[in-house]
Amino acid sequence: MLAYIARRIVYVIPIVISVALVCFLLVHITPGDPLVAVLPADASQELAAQLRTAYGFDRPLPVQFGLWLLRALHGDLGNSIATGRPVLAEVMRAVSNTVTLAIAAAIIGFTMGILLGLIAGYFRETWIDKLATSFAIAGVSVPHYWLGMVLVIIFSVQLNWLPAVGAGPNGSNSWAWDWAHLKYLVLPAITTSVIPMGIVTRTVRALTGDILSQDFVEALRAKGLHERGVFRHVIKNAAPTALAVMGLQLGYMLGGSILIETVFSWPGSGFLLNSAIFQRDLPLLQGTILVLALFFVFLNLMVDIAQAAIDPRIKRG
Amino acid sequence: MLMKKTTRAALVAVLALTTAAAWPRAVSAETVLRIGMTAADIPRTLGQPDQGFEGNRFTGLTMYDALTGWDLSSAEKASVVIPGLATEWKVDDADKTKWTFKLRPGVTFHDGSPFNADAVVWNVDKVLKQDAPQFDASQVGVTASRMPTLASAKKIDDMTVELTTKEPDSFLPINLTNLFMASPAKWQHFYDKAEGADAKAKSQAAWTAFAKDAAGTGPWKMASFTPRERLELVKNANYWDKARVPKVDKMVLLPMPEANARTAALLSGQVDWVEAPAPDALPELKQRGFKLYANEQPHVWPWQFSRVEGSPWNDIRVRKAANLCIDREGLKDGLLAGLMVPATGTFEPGHPWRGKPTFEIKYDKAAAQKLMQEAGFGPNKKLTVKTQTSASGSGQMQPLAMNEYLQQALAECYFDVKLDVIEWNTLFTNWRRGAKDPSANGSNATNVTYAAMDPFFALVRFLQSGMAPPVSNNWGFINNPKFDELVKKARQTFDPAARDAALAELHAASVDDAAFLYVAHDVGPRAMSPKVTGVVQPKSWFIDFSLVSMKE
Repeated sequence: MLAYIARRIVYVIPIVISVALVCFLLVHITPGDPLVAVLPADASQELAAQLRTAYGFDRPLPVQFGLWLLRALHGDLGNSIATGRPVLAEVMRAVSNTVTLAIAAAIIGFTMGILLGLIAGYFRETWIDKLATSFAIAGVSVPHYWLGMVLVIIFSVQLNWLPAVGAGPNGSNSWAWDWAHLKYLVLPAITTSVIPMGIVTRTVRALTGDILSQDFVEALRAKGLHERGVFRHVIKNAAPTALAVMGLQLGYMLGGSILIETVFSWPGSGFLLNSAIFQRDLPLLQGTILVLALFFVFLNLMVDIAQAAIDPRIKRG
Repeated sequence: MLMKKTTRAALVAVLALTTAAAWPRAVSAETVLRIGMTAADIPRTLGQPDQGFEGNRFTGLTMYDALTGWDLSSAEKASVVIPGLATEWKVDDADKTKWTFKLRPGVTFHDGSPFNADAVVWNVDKVLKQDAPQFDASQVGVTASRMPTLASAKKIDDMTVELTTKEPDSFLPINLTNLFMASPAKWQHFYDKAEGADAKAKSQAAWTAFAKDAAGTGPWKMASFTPRERLELVKNANYWDKARVPKVDKMVLLPMPEANARTAALLSGQVDWVEAPAPDALPELKQRGFKLYANEQPHVWPWQFSRVEGSPWNDIRVRKAANLCIDREGLKDGLLAGLMVPATGTFEPGHPWRGKPTFEIKYDKAAAQKLMQEAGFGPNKKLTVKTQTSASGSGQMQPLAMNEYLQQALAECYFDVKLDVIEWNTLFTNWRRGAKDPSANGSNATNVTYAAMDPFFALVRFLQSGMAPPVSNNWGFINNPKFDELVKKARQTFDPAARDAALAELHAASVDDAAFLYVAHDVGPRAMSPKVTGVVQPKSWFIDFSLVSMKE
């Protein structure tokens, strides 16, 4: 197992470097001026050149990349052009908000998804299955920003039960797990959870149905195993694939949703990415993409290891 | 009996105590104004805000003052420049590049340190003097370009300062509204505490710390700041202008870039005031008793013509025809739900720089068609023009829909309009590169909105031949000796009234020449709860939050 983990970690290194290269190049090859956030359109050439030198944008791209990577390895992602604040602090703060949102959404989405998937799988081709599957399809198909707006209209504007935007009450500078803060989380978390809920429901339904139709289940039942025991076998066989799907979904959620976070003004990584793009704040954009990509790579690694731990056949493969 | 007396006495005592306890609370209940901004982040708080004039509106003019300011007290009159931290100013009779500013006595920064000539010199140096410890490159871009001729500052005495410009420039007092005075003492405090490898790193750390705990001289003081989430400002009870001491105790600024989210936050009572509500929600907002404010802003939504050789816009008949072919009232009442003012130039009647143009910009399709026919075009021979625009962007209003409206309108005057839609930041970058650059992609007009607060921004950078790329925003390479002469005259006229007259002459000349296709001015729409009172929305990008009260 240790050798497997070490091998997987080695595989990750070139991926991380490639990710760094791609996100560095992506923001440099797009048209427009990297200093647009601080340089008004009527700025003179002299001023533009002065600032370009001050920010290091006058140096050749490979040099810029090398310096950026070197600093990144030391935990320094530079300062945001627009705000002057350190990028790492900006990103970590946003990521912590997104993680809070992702955890809440994962709890809702995965619980609902597993539950609906198991029910649909056990009661295939019945009205229960059709109902659960409809939920799943709706979850995947409904544009989530639209759903977010609908929820806001119902629960914030009409009923006035929950806040429409923001991540906490006035005067609060950090997150807390109390109702004063949690009420800000409810609507964005439900909105974020619908896609993973739909995908997990469909995956678990398919897996459950597939496993239940296999010969070994018949054999278990023939041997007189109680249905609860059969259920345990179904869970164990379905778990690795379901886990992989959930890991990926969690990765997407940790990446933040630009649309959901913008709709709810939730100050997470999606919201940050949105501002970085609109302000064309290159260091912030690069830093955010890099941190999110690393999160994704790390999460995949964790899922791979967890899968291998649950199902030893995987590490042989 | 004894029991009864005791009980009565106790009840009276309790009542007295609770009344006494409740009375001061009722009197001193904190009033809070919560505002949903269109910005995605709190504009920079260290004195020179980013995010254009939205930045100046919220974190510039609230916490800081400049030597000169804007009169924001009237919704009817054009906002003009008035004394700020300087009470008077005068250009040197012998050397027109030297200005003397008399400073307002008795003003202190929020940290208690005095405002004086040293503070002015320090603040000029923060953006102009590269070897000054407080020089900050990140503040240069948003400052230096707004006062392009300012060269240096010198202390004469504690309450007098001399500013020098690179060339004679009567616009300086107007430009200085953009240079906000931060507290040097507070910055020095952070600098002394900062850790860093060298002076530059310490300086940067000091500015980062200053941004979190800022001190200006403005009517609002920073109370709490959570980047990207909220900025809380409290009233500065000791503000030097007693008429502008805020009436509200606290103001909370919340970034909400999405129009529907802002509107929902207002409708659900989460905020009291939103900038630019979703246009389609206006009927509901009105119906539910929310108040809507809008007023003509110094802002222009134009097509800027290319005047390079071979451009179809070189024929004045074509330029005039386009200006006469747009039904601006139709655009206003239909597409924009009333949220625009039809443009008949950069400045509208009533503005001191309007002048008396002889070419009247209005909707006159017949006259437009006649002009086009005189220029050699007609139903069977259309003139193809191409305009570069964006799908969104700051101040661009609804660029695609508006351009499609123009496309249809101009088709009736024998124009065949092609649109080249590009991303906003790219359009902005191309604006600096000019019509001759390959980035123009063959376009002979560009559609970039602009602020018209000061003469340089509003007129000079577009009309003076020397402002052609790469120097500034004369995108179309306009080269009209009359404009050059009038720019020079305005810049070198130092009596404010005579300078305004010269600017009016320049503006009238630009309208008579149909220099742009003038279409619309934005109106800065905002919606607010009926609890918010005392709002005066001036003809400006800015607004005075000090005047605002909150009803219980």
